[in-house]
Amino acid sequence: MNEATHPMLKIENLHVLVAGKEILKGISLEVNAGEMHAIMGPNGAGKSTLGYVLAGREGYEVTEGSIRYEGRDLLALEPEERAAAGVFLAFQYPVEIPGVNNTYFLRAALNAQRKHRGEPELDSMQFLKRVREKLAVLHLKDELLHRAVNEGFSGGEKKRNEIFQMALLEPKLAVLDETDSGLDIDALKMVADGVNALRAPERAFVVITHYQRLLDYVVPDFVHVLADGRIVESGDKSLAHKLEEHGYAWIAERKLAGAA
Amino acid sequence: MASALLESLLDREALERAAGPGEPEWLAAARRTAAQSLAREGLPGPRSEAWKYTSLRALEQRKPSVGDAGAMTRAIDAALFDLPGIDGARLVFVNGQLRKDLSRFAEQSGLSVSTLATTDPDQLECWRAALARERTDDGSAFARLNTALATDGPVIRVAAHAHVKTPVHLVFIGAASEHEIAWHARALIEVGEGASLRLIEHHLGLASPSASQIGNLFANHVLDRGARLDVVQIQDAAPGATLFRRSECALSHDATLATHTLEIGAQMTRHDIDVNLCGDGARFVSRGVFVLRGRQHADTHMDVRHIARNTTSDVLWRGVADERARGVFHGAITVAAGADGADANLSNKNLLLSPNAEIDTQPVLEIYADEVKAAHGATVGQLDEQAMFYLRSRGLSPDAARHLLIAAFCSAALSELQPITLREHLGAMLTARLPRAEAT
Repeated sequence: MNEATHPMLKIENLHVLVAGKEILKGISLEVNAGEMHAIMGPNGAGKSTLGYVLAGREGYEVTEGSIRYEGRDLLALEPEERAAAGVFLAFQYPVEIPGVNNTYFLRAALNAQRKHRGEPELDSMQFLKRVREKLAVLHLKDELLHRAVNEGFSGGEKKRNEIFQMALLEPKLAVLDETDSGLDIDALKMVADGVNALRAPERAFVVITHYQRLLDYVVPDFVHVLADGRIVESGDKSLAHKLEEHGYAWIAERKLAGAA
Repeated sequence: MASALLESLLDREALERAAGPGEPEWLAAARRTAAQSLAREGLPGPRSEAWKYTSLRALEQRKPSVGDAGAMTRAIDAALFDLPGIDGARLVFVNGQLRKDLSRFAEQSGLSVSTLATTDPDQLECWRAALARERTDDGSAFARLNTALATDGPVIRVAAHAHVKTPVHLVFIGAASEHEIAWHARALIEVGEGASLRLIEHHLGLASPSASQIGNLFANHVLDRGARLDVVQIQDAAPGATLFRRSECALSHDATLATHTLEIGAQMTRHDIDVNLCGDGARFVSRGVFVLRGRQHADTHMDVRHIARNTTSDVLWRGVADERARGVFHGAITVAAGADGADANLSNKNLLLSPNAEIDTQPVLEIYADEVKAAHGATVGQLDEQAMFYLRSRGLSPDAARHLLIAAFCSAALSELQPITLREHLGAMLTARLPRAEAT
């Protein structure tokens, strides 16, 4: 099978244990290049677990099923190998790293990925040029660059810094874990602009969110509802509106009705 | 006395040599008193609170000789201790003896630089209180040894209201000898009223890794009213060295002492930092970091006493231990009765990089005054897994991520160091000691 014929991401019957408890109970999902998928669901449904499993965090045990990325076994790769292969997770809670300068960190990250891919590393001039371009697109200030990674950032600044990192690293598959949570409307629009600016035929997005709000600005091709570790409903963007109108209880009721 | 070490160091010949012919009688008497009390009591044993985490048992069996007959002729390359941007007065002591050929006596207005061996009795009189002070406590065992045996060391004085811009560089080199030696040096530093001085105390080694030797530096820092002293201490002694240091500091009204300490060298080291805030408004700022590996052992023992009113102490230390290394940080702050308005802050955070490494941190606060602000915190932990994952998820290898996090952890202790060229140099020295990031 060559690259053109398989989806960018193919999750099949994924079961995941966290601290001995089954959180994901058989998820299947296909994402093709150029698509944007939204994963919605109530708290505790397993949304963030899905994001962490894709990025390769320790402590998430896959007991069944598989994840293939560009035809490769994603689960066999270390987090840094996934990053170099083009997988990016925007964290729900970006980590503060005092003492590490944001610019230094980003250049180290970008060059580590480039080196891994056999591409030439960027010198500081080339890197800075790229940084300035991305800052302009996201309407961010230079000042962000001189600070330590996320240290003392407001909630909104942290989320925008995640989007900035994404813009700079240019991943193929971007997973956004509740990037909209805790943002006021202006910050939300800025994040949405950043995401929309990166939409491209060769890039795919998985947007994990609790609210429909973000999806007014970032329009998904598909919406999936995750509840109790399973995808219980899939549809187009209208599903997000129905959810907003009726609440997650509506899904549960429908399931009950269907079972009866 | 049960200790072979003291027997070989306190032999009569060595003591007679130490008390040179031109020496005032009070100094000779102080040497005798110190030697006698040590000979009587021996080195502190395992029950001594001051030596709780540092055993002297192995040391007691060693038999070094006092001083180094070849100290004046050993070939030493000045490039070893050159520091970027530091080009002022420099005194170089090799195994405790001044090497004029390696030193630089740059003239600066208000600055007097000399050595203990060449200071005449009249001038020594000013230092009588410090030199002749009798000590009895366990913690001062090596200070007493120093009092008995040290014959040389830097003597620096800054005249009132003089501002010495270029740092004075004090270099202490422990050079390997055919047989094990023990050297002793005494430093006397006074910054006059309203004057300022920058000082670099730089320890390094010139020895094969296995060669053992014992070094002992006892320094007095006296800050007169409104004086400011900035000290950078770089301890990069040879891997086989045992190094004892005592920094005693007395601050008058509105004096400020700011220190940065880097501990990366030596097999075993103990540093006593003793600070007395004697005048109202005196201020002490201490930043320090130790990075240890192999079987290194570093023990920092700090005692800060707030004696006068509205005094400030601000202590921030970081420690990293890898492999089988052992780090100790004892930080005691005492606020005496009547020292109202004292503001004391002590933070000591440590990082263990190996299950076989150990760090003991012991913050102690004793407060006898009423209106006092005091805060202290001490932690020993491991690298933050969340931060590791965050960095790796952006493409950094585990080695690179670990290296970056440790360097950042340590950098808090150096972030205020001036000038920047020196800060960067120290940062690089420190980084070179960290577990290596894979070659890039």
